[in-house]
Order: sequence, then C-alpha cells, then structure tokens
Amino acid sequence: MPTVMEDCVGAIQHRFSPYSFNGGTLLAFAGSDFALLAADSRLSEGFGIHNRNAARLHKLSESCVLACCGFQGDCLSLLRILEARVKMYKQTHQRPMTCPAIASLLSQLLYSHRFFPYYCYCLIAGLDSQGQGAVFSFDPVGSYERVPFSSLGSASAQLQPLLDSQLSSGVQLSASQAEQLARDVFVSAAERDVYTGDSVQVCLVSSVEVHRDSHSLRKD
Amino acid sequence: MSIMSYNGGAVLAMRGKNCVAIGGDLRFGVQAQMVSSSFEKVFSMGDHLYIGMAGLASDVQTVHERLKFRLNLYELREGRSIKPNTFMSMVSNLLYERRFGPYYIDPVIAGLDPITFKPFICSLDLIGCPMVTEDFVVSGTCAEQMFGMCETLWEPDLEPEELFEAISQALLSAVNRDALSGSGAVIHLIEKDKVTTRVLKTRLD
Amino acid sequence: MASVSAFELPRGGFCFDNCRRNGMLGAELAKHGAKLPKARKTGTTIAGLIFKDGVVLGADTRATEDTIVADKNCQKIHFIAPNIYCCGAGTAADTEITTQMISSNLELHSLSTGRKARVATACCMLKQMLFRYQGHIGASLVLGGVDISGPSLYSIHPHGSTDKLPFVTLGSGSLAAMAVFEDRYKINMEEEEAKALVRDAIASGIFNDLGSGSNIDICVITRDKIDYLRPYEEANKKGDRKGNYRNKAGTATILSEKIKPISFDILEETVQTMDTS
Repeated sequence: MPTVMEDCVGAIQHRFSPYSFNGGTLLAFAGSDFALLAADSRLSEGFGIHNRNAARLHKLSESCVLACCGFQGDCLSLLRILEARVKMYKQTHQRPMTCPAIASLLSQLLYSHRFFPYYCYCLIAGLDSQGQGAVFSFDPVGSYERVPFSSLGSASAQLQPLLDSQLSSGVQLSASQAEQLARDVFVSAAERDVYTGDSVQVCLVSSVEVHRDSHSLRKD
Repeated sequence: MSIMSYNGGAVLAMRGKNCVAIGGDLRFGVQAQMVSSSFEKVFSMGDHLYIGMAGLASDVQTVHERLKFRLNLYELREGRSIKPNTFMSMVSNLLYERRFGPYYIDPVIAGLDPITFKPFICSLDLIGCPMVTEDFVVSGTCAEQMFGMCETLWEPDLEPEELFEAISQALLSAVNRDALSGSGAVIHLIEKDKVTTRVLKTRLD
Repeated sequence: MASVSAFELPRGGFCFDNCRRNGMLGAELAKHGAKLPKARKTGTTIAGLIFKDGVVLGADTRATEDTIVADKNCQKIHFIAPNIYCCGAGTAADTEITTQMISSNLELHSLSTGRKARVATACCMLKQMLFRYQGHIGASLVLGGVDISGPSLYSIHPHGSTDKLPFVTLGSGSLAAMAVFEDRYKINMEEEEAKALVRDAIASGIFNDLGSGSNIDICVITRDKIDYLRPYEEANKKGDRKGNYRNKAGTATILSEKIKPISFDILEETVQTMDTS
C-alpha cells in the first residue's frame, strides 16, 4: 500500500509499503478427542470494512483445519501453497498428511520467507495420529509450538488471559463446553475490539467429521 | 515503546451493588528491568474515594501530591467531603491545564458519594477527558487484557465479595499476560461502612 | 498562566510547565523509535440538518483509543445554551472542554446583554478560540440551534474555519453519513422525517465506519422545545453470553487484609411506630 511519510522539515517521501493489516481474531482448543477452532468473519482495513463474511477457517484434510489472519493477500497465497503441498503429499504417499506433519510443513514454508515474511498469524488444529486433539500456534516467521489452547490476531490480548483463567487448572472441556466458551469470548472481544465482529465461525474437528457452525456478533 | 509503558503498571475499577472496587498492581520497573515490587499506584483521597494512576511513575507521584493539595484546600474551604464527580472535574482540570505538556498518566477514580453513598467510577485520559461508566474502567500497559477479562467477568449488581472476586481475577489474569505489570496486587473494596484493603498473591516474574 | 509552585492554585488558562521536560523525554524516546502517547479520540459520526421548524443533531456513542473501544456509551452532543447544542468529533478532551468553556462564556455574555444567546455568537466564539490555537486543539464541531433569526447550523473545523450549511456531517464516519444526506435531504422537511434521516445517516456511520459504533443519540431543537433523545435508538445490543464465568469465593489468594471501618455520626433517628392492633 502506498504511504506518504513526512519528515520533520516537511519534505514528503513516497514509499511503497507491502503490508497492510486486515484484522481478524483466531482461537483454538485441543480436547481429548476433538479440536475446536473459532474465528470472526470481519475483513477490514483502517477504518473500513471490506467483507463481513470472510472465511478464516480452511479445511486442509479430514483431521486438520488451518485458521489464518493478518494480511489477507499473504493469507490467501499461503493457503494456496499449503493446499497444493498437502495434495502432493497425499498423491505421492497414498495417505493423508497428519496434522503434526502439516504443522511442520507450514513452519518451513513460513521460515523460507524469513526476510520478507508472510504477514500471517496461523493456527493449525486437528487430531494427531493417536486421535487426540492438537493445536499448533505459529508466529509469522515459522516459530511454532503445540499448545492446549491459543488465540491470535487483533483481539488475542483480550482473549488469552480469559482462556488462561478458564482453562489453566487443567480443566478438560467437552466439545459443547468448548464451543460455548469460544462463542462467549468472541462476544466479549467484539464489544471492545473494532476489528472483531459481524459473526464468529466455529469449526469442530472430531474423528467423525469436520463440523462447521456460525453465530452472529455485533455489526458496528 | 511509549513513555506510558516506560515503568509499567495496571489499574482498574469496577462497580457493584452499593459498593465499588479499585485495584492496581505493585510493579515499578524501568522498561523490562524490575526495580521494585511494592510501588502503590492507588491512593486514598478520602473515606470513600480512591484514585489509581497508571503511566510514568514520577508523574503518578507528582499528580498524586498536587491533587492531594488541591483536595485539602477544597475541603478546608468548603468544610465537607468532596463528591466523586467533583473530584473527577478537579482531576480533569489539572490534566487539561497541561494540554500541551501533559502528565503521562491515565487515572481511574472509584468512590461512593459522601451523602447518598451512590457508587461512582470513571477514568480519564492523559489530557483529562472524563469518562463515567456504569460497569468498569481500566488503564495501564495491559488495558486490552483487562478489557477482555472485565467484559466477561463483570455483571450488574455484584455483591461486595463477588465484586472482589471478579476484580481480583480480572487483574491477576490480565497482569499474567503482560510483562510490564504484575509483581503483586492490591484491591480496595469500598463499602458504605468500611474499606477492605487486600494484598493478593501473584506471580513474581 | 503557569503556576510558579505547587502551592499556588491555578489561575486559569494553559500551563506549559511540563513542555521542556516532555520535549527532552520525547527526543530521548524518539532515538528508540518510541511515539508519544495519543489522547482518547471520539472517532465519530456526527451530523446535523435544518428542517421546517428547527435543527436536528445526531451522534453515535463510541469513543476509541487506537483500535480499542474505550467507551461504549459516551455523550457527544454537548450543551452550549438552552437553545443551542453542539456535536463534537476529534480529540475527546478538546471537544468536551472547548464546549464547556464556550458554554460558560456564552452564559456570561447573555447575562450581561440580557438577551438569549444567538447561534452565530457561539460559532464566532468557538472559531476565534480554535483559530487562536492554530489547530492544536483538535475539535471538529457541528453547532446547531434556534434563535431570533430562526434555525441555523454550522460546522467548525479544528483550525477555526466554519461553514453555514443546511446539512453537515463530521468525523471519521462523515462520508458514510453524508452519502445518506446527499441522497435524501430535502428542504422544509417535517420533524419525524428529519429525525428518521439523521437516524439513518448516523446508523450508516455506525455500521460502515469502525471508529463509530453503539447507539444513536439525537437532539431536536425547535423554537419552543428541546428533545434530547439519549439513546434515540440502541443500534447495537450488548452481546449476551451463555456461560457463567463467576469465580468461587477464595479463588484469589489473599496475602494480607486490612479493614478500615468508617464511623458514622448519626445526627437524627426517627422511629415511627405503627398501630397494628
């Protein structure tokens, strides 16, 4: 995006800034036999809304879903490459890629752009080879970690302490409890963060299916 | 890094049923370096009136002293306790006077009206824009975290002990996700007949 | 005037005590790439229009600090005089205090002249004050009222320029609101139609501009009455949560506790006995 920068003597420099921030908040929980992801659907820039129904949860396989926000252009590009690599793996090895393997692949993809990074905050959630819920949380240059729960994006600072207080004492949530908590924390985030709103998409990954649901949020 | 997060710190206040609570952390640091874990940012301004200030530590102390001086003069002149709303105007005037050379603080006021005991909470920005709310106010380096906590934990008409639990959890969970605040916390629970001051146990890292 | 010592009460006006220090702090911090803190903004949609019998002013109720909503229900339509109100956008403290100050000066003015204040006078006082500070006081205002010369409406910009117009919008959502006005404004509208149009203009700002949000406030000023409708409409309901997140008592560990009892002086006690036989 072109930006105009004024220095102290008033000279105007025109510069190209390759990134912009399009908002969005992501959340994921790992349960004993499921993983739950949630993301809002508002795509915005500056003080404007581009899309009230943007998709941030992308199914990569029967047991793995990617949630992605940040700069939308990078997110789309990264998703396209990742989907292609997952498909190539499946065709080469005649079996679907596991969730931890996809996480490792994503880390390498992100780090390969170390000096001109994809401006993307990613969460990968799904089931591992033992059928347990797994959540992997990434930074834009590929550092990643397997965590029991995580939130990323514009309202992550608001969600994270709340998740800590509800989940840190090792509470195991059921899928329906996790869904309710995800919905409620997004209701809170939409109250205070201008980049979070419109609706929250929830995605439950279990051994049976990848189930999607959506609930409306504030529109202002 | 901004001057507001040079020393770190967090303050919040919540309104309950016939009571208010105000709390703050105890950290005093210089950027990431810890200096003290007993730096109080919430000050008593009368029987039922407290002010908390987050921001540059030297300004927190200076503004506290200037306010105390103005308040003492007011109470000597008027011969009565100040109303929280009037006190808010006093803080607002002090800060807006310095519109073009501000004190780097974000104050939060909590109190009960000295006559009617009606609960009152408000916050101001660094140039003294007053904001009175019915629920909660936050300020400091982990304001976002506190907003997230308070939005979920606060409910209307909390009883004093419920209010204490809500504000404590909001403050503790929020400072645990902020490197620049924490190291202990103090909560003042202000009721009609008493003020309960409790020091909370927190992580010290 | 700057007060010389802490032991002197302020004499009114701005005080520049901290400027030297802040300048040095700012220069030091700039080396580390730090910015000076921003004040709370209203990031607003405000609008006003003239109809058959008077003026309708409208505003949203969101105040923001960067991308966080600081206040969900703030009051942006300020009182100036009994027949004049003023919507404010920009730096929240500036709009709040500028309108307060002009309001009290205008009251003194109308007391000394013995006449009802005129909107043009308020406009003149505001623009002179803002021009004096060369735009450093960041207040954008929509001033409206009804006086001896009928209804009038002004927009005032931070540098002190003013416009006298039949319909105006200001703030970050002004384009969204102006689109509605340009489409549907007519001269000599009826009150209900005018209110509905202002409502739609503000709602368009609320839903399309991220800096504006929450409720719609409307103030209708006519020759013989003021209708301050706050809120006129709750455009956005607070979301409801299904779960219960209350903590059990004793979840937080208390290290020490001190209770300060506040004694009461009971000045009078009356017990009324009832005849219950």
